[in-house]
Amino acid sequence: MAKLLIHGGHIIDPSQHLDITGDVLIKDGKIVSVGDTRNTALHDADIILDASGMVVSPGFIDLHCHLRQPGFEDAETIATGTLAAARGGFTTVCCMPNTYPPLDDRASVDYVKQLAAAEGYVRVLPVGCITKGRRGAELVEMDELARAGVIGFSDDGEPVASTRTMRLAMEYASRLGLPIIEHCEDKGLSQGGVMNEGWVSARLGLRGIPAAAEEIMVARDINLAALTGCRLHIAHVSTAGSVKLIRDAKKKDIPVTAEVTPHHLLLTEERVMGKTTGSNTLAFYDTSAKVNPPLRTCTDIKALVEGIKDGTIDAIATDHAPHTLVDKLCEFDVAAFGISGLETAFGCLMSLVHNKQINLMVLISQLTCKPARIIGTKYGELGTLKTGTPADITLFDPNREWLVDSSNFASKGKNTPFDGELLKGKVMVTIVQGEIVHKDEDIRVKRRSRA
Amino acid sequence: MNSAEQTARAAMSETLPGLSTPVWQHHHVLDLDDFSREEIDLVMETAEAMAEVLQREVKRVPALRGKTVVTMFYEPSTRTRASFELAAKSLSADTISLDATRSSVTKGESLLDTLRTIQALGADIIVMRHQYSGAPYIAARHISASIINAGDGWHAHPSQALLDIYTIRRHLGDLADRKVVIIGDIMHSRVARSNIWGMTTMGARVVLCGPPTLLPPGLKEFISRFWPAQVTVETEIEKAIKDADVVMPLRLQLERQQSGLIPSIREYIRLYQLNEDRLALAKPYALVMHPGPMNEGIEISPAVAQSTQSVIEEQVTNGVAVRMALLYLVAGRKNN
Repeated sequence: MAKLLIHGGHIIDPSQHLDITGDVLIKDGKIVSVGDTRNTALHDADIILDASGMVVSPGFIDLHCHLRQPGFEDAETIATGTLAAARGGFTTVCCMPNTYPPLDDRASVDYVKQLAAAEGYVRVLPVGCITKGRRGAELVEMDELARAGVIGFSDDGEPVASTRTMRLAMEYASRLGLPIIEHCEDKGLSQGGVMNEGWVSARLGLRGIPAAAEEIMVARDINLAALTGCRLHIAHVSTAGSVKLIRDAKKKDIPVTAEVTPHHLLLTEERVMGKTTGSNTLAFYDTSAKVNPPLRTCTDIKALVEGIKDGTIDAIATDHAPHTLVDKLCEFDVAAFGISGLETAFGCLMSLVHNKQINLMVLISQLTCKPARIIGTKYGELGTLKTGTPADITLFDPNREWLVDSSNFASKGKNTPFDGELLKGKVMVTIVQGEIVHKDEDIRVKRRSRA
Repeated sequence: MNSAEQTARAAMSETLPGLSTPVWQHHHVLDLDDFSREEIDLVMETAEAMAEVLQREVKRVPALRGKTVVTMFYEPSTRTRASFELAAKSLSADTISLDATRSSVTKGESLLDTLRTIQALGADIIVMRHQYSGAPYIAARHISASIINAGDGWHAHPSQALLDIYTIRRHLGDLADRKVVIIGDIMHSRVARSNIWGMTTMGARVVLCGPPTLLPPGLKEFISRFWPAQVTVETEIEKAIKDADVVMPLRLQLERQQSGLIPSIREYIRLYQLNEDRLALAKPYALVMHPGPMNEGIEISPAVAQSTQSVIEEQVTNGVAVRMALLYLVAGRKNN
């Protein structure tokens, strides 16, 4: 296999507290050296990527996305979803099991892995169901699914309603060392809700989902994690109250981790009234902003950013949820929940860096080594540039501006509230196991022809 | 007669010159939250001219001759639909009435497919009633015909609010500093929401009264953002009604009890029914209004509904003139 040299980039690797300018040399899909390799490698490499002006980071890891295959191939496939991931700088994506059939047995998990191996652009790590058919009653064969390679269990979208069933799931999973990943929502309370419960829902006459619907479930599951000792990962945290519950649980050493999405960090409930949030009433009921958990308030955003800074929140995950046009171009109540997020995540998140809300090292750690810790080392050490680890690397230009145009998405899901936004910060190259899986058109690659 | 009214009346003549009004900007009528006071005044003045037409021997003018008005109702409705159709016919429009509760719509045709079909048939104005909040907005964004919202979910019912304002003006002159009390199921009421916008724009004070479970969560913040001094919430009906100029109980859907929002109809009647004793707390001339259909004996006692203070039937009559005004103004907006 060829030797690839990434030359002259600004290398940031939070896993090693690395923040230097230098080269990264890759051979046979693994990282050979990081730092100053000018003397030898330049002459020796087959492919040279000029990374000047760019940041070289470990490849991003998305703990939470929906690839829709099998079952909903009109919304996304593993091929299109992983290409979207590659374009977004993600080298590993964890796909949720709410497919059809759901990933509740070995055959389904194997099928996804096979498809990913054959057609995927990036590493795909499946999440298995907690209960058969995501019906909240009988547990899946967790040990079997763990052997098949799932990195955790989740009935995402259908939170386990029965506290007893959840307790049993956590007890049973505890011996496997894999996390239970929970979409925290008390559906009895949120029933029929389509957006955040607050003044906007009051104005628009839409049924709201109160913050309490999430927080009640977060509190319940934290209690169960304490009771069972099972690792609990809270998916897409959206409220200030949840952040506080998780912070307090961590102080008590309860094994809980949490993720947040870019859209919950950047948008509020007012986005349902369109981009100009209220000044153009014709833009009301924008289904591209319909997502579950719903977009919340400024207070929640502040708490989520604070949670990232103090380590309460471990990872930023996209909850990439592609939908067909038909499923979004309809009445707000009827429209599907979800945002197609893989291709805009990084550009959106960079606004937090440019606004000086979080620093670049923290942002990268939330996309690399910290989610890697939640996945564990089953698939090798991910989210790092340490020598000998898989060469999953993302190069981005932190200052390059680009216009979001969903019609150019690799994802089949064009459903994004960021369409038409000017973002600052662009993924330029994505490398998975030493192979370039995405390259911006402006990137120059020098190939050495050998005599 | 002021100049807006003159314009309106001039435009009512047989020949209909220009069909343009200086203030009117609305291609669609979705809610009253984007209506200025001048625009509401123009609707009122135009409606007065229309009311005059409805008094004539031949209740018809050719203002919308050659235009097609389609009423498209996804929810059962008697009065609003009949009112719009009568209004359109009185303006000589061609009318098509589409009952979307039983057509290809129930076979899974999407809202936009249906709307595009209607547009392809040549509709100029689509009057739309839908059970989901915001449905007319989706329509308005994708359809070039004018959309008039005839009620969407819990959200808005602008023509009802306009006819309420019209009816109040006829009796009380204007709405400035008038106290309007809306009682009952505020949460699910599109009439209440549109009336808050419209009546506050016209200077009224609005009191919203109902059991806490029938007030939408977030209501107080909503109010404080837009009308901190003009709109208040009160859960005690006696306090709410005191010195009111207008009292408007809302229909209580009987299924609110089944879904647990109120303990019983009996308790609701005891706490919130507008009866004679409670009405006596309002100003002596206070108007009793109801957007209909009424549950006499539940939200309103039969004695109050039939009392001399009740203008409920007149609301229905006024609705035709107000809807004629809306159709006329929307159709006459300069294409630009």
